[in-house]
Amino acid sequence: MELLILVISAMLVKNILLAQYLGNCPFCGVSNRMDTALGMGMAVIFVLTLSSACTWVVQRYMLDPFGLGYLQTLVFILVIAALVQLVEMFLKKSAPLLYQALGIYLPLITTNCAVLGVAIICIRRDYDFVHTIVFSLASAAGFSLALVLMAGIRRRISVSPVPRALQGTAITLITAGLMALAFFGFAGVDASLTALK
Amino acid sequence: MMDLRIREFTKGLWKEIPPFRLVLGLCPALAVTKSADGGLGMGIAVTFVLLCSNVLVSLLRNVIPKKVRIASYIAIVATYVVLVEMITQAYFFPLYQKLGIFIPLIVVNCIILGRAEAFASKNPVLPSALDGLGMGIGYTLSLTVLASIREILGSGTWFGMQVMGSSYQPFSFLVEAPGAFVCLGLILGIMNSLGKR
Repeated sequence: MELLILVISAMLVKNILLAQYLGNCPFCGVSNRMDTALGMGMAVIFVLTLSSACTWVVQRYMLDPFGLGYLQTLVFILVIAALVQLVEMFLKKSAPLLYQALGIYLPLITTNCAVLGVAIICIRRDYDFVHTIVFSLASAAGFSLALVLMAGIRRRISVSPVPRALQGTAITLITAGLMALAFFGFAGVDASLTALK
Repeated sequence: MMDLRIREFTKGLWKEIPPFRLVLGLCPALAVTKSADGGLGMGIAVTFVLLCSNVLVSLLRNVIPKKVRIASYIAIVATYVVLVEMITQAYFFPLYQKLGIFIPLIVVNCIILGRAEAFASKNPVLPSALDGLGMGIGYTLSLTVLASIREILGSGTWFGMQVMGSSYQPFSFLVEAPGAFVCLGLILGIMNSLGKR
């Protein structure tokens, strides 16, 4: 039950993209087509969960025992960069089909602030391993959900007469703002679930 | 010669001002601009990292092998971010708490990596430093402007001081997440219509 609340809260109520402002650059960059949005979403779910698990282990068994907490940022970003590289190489060798689908998005993910952001949030909130995995999966799913929804909306926008000055990123951001407003509505779901517990 | 130097400095202030013209580094621009001091503090932190990393990348541009350049840039940037993190924690604790997770996330701010890759890796030290400084000041300016609009209209204060009369009803939509997206989108639109003709 507690995990369910965590999932709903991470995915919908405190959506990583629309309420926590993480991962906006890929959001604006790849949301113009549905297939790229789906590919990016899948790649983020995969890498984000894996990297949060790795950084949790690194923090718990390498940084904490030796009092190296101040190196967190440096170590985490290097772990993520190395992990992305490894995943890319592994997929290329052993799962060429998956690589074809996700390959081009992988290098972009290193600098997706959602990945590093979620890893740090998990440490700051003192989650245990299971909570870290669940939280990362749900956050990444929330990111993909927002991305795919946005791709759908942008397809409609592309045939609408948008004022010239607002074309491109400007209208995307305003649409994202309206979506964020809609996601505000989920706050009630969170409250009633907490009350159920 | 002098003209060229000045242009390298000033392009970050208007012609390519991030994040309005050069649409990079959106996440912190949305997240920390709830109040003017947050925007200014984040801008200064980014300027410091941008200047230092541009200088170091430019100094090492003939030493770093092409294949591992991105990883090397990330390591350089992360080093300075750890410095900023420790300095703000020690001397500017309220700011450290306000910016929270977004201080470590300076590592993945695409402006910094973008300037390292697009400019500092190809140019000598002085132009790179000017480029970094110009872009950094431009980013600080934009963040402060965006934050001022949101704080003045959204909570009736500016840098914590009451500026609107006591009868002013704060437009609290602007300090929430949806307001951030809409506000940034509208500013982008204004910048576009100013720039196009």
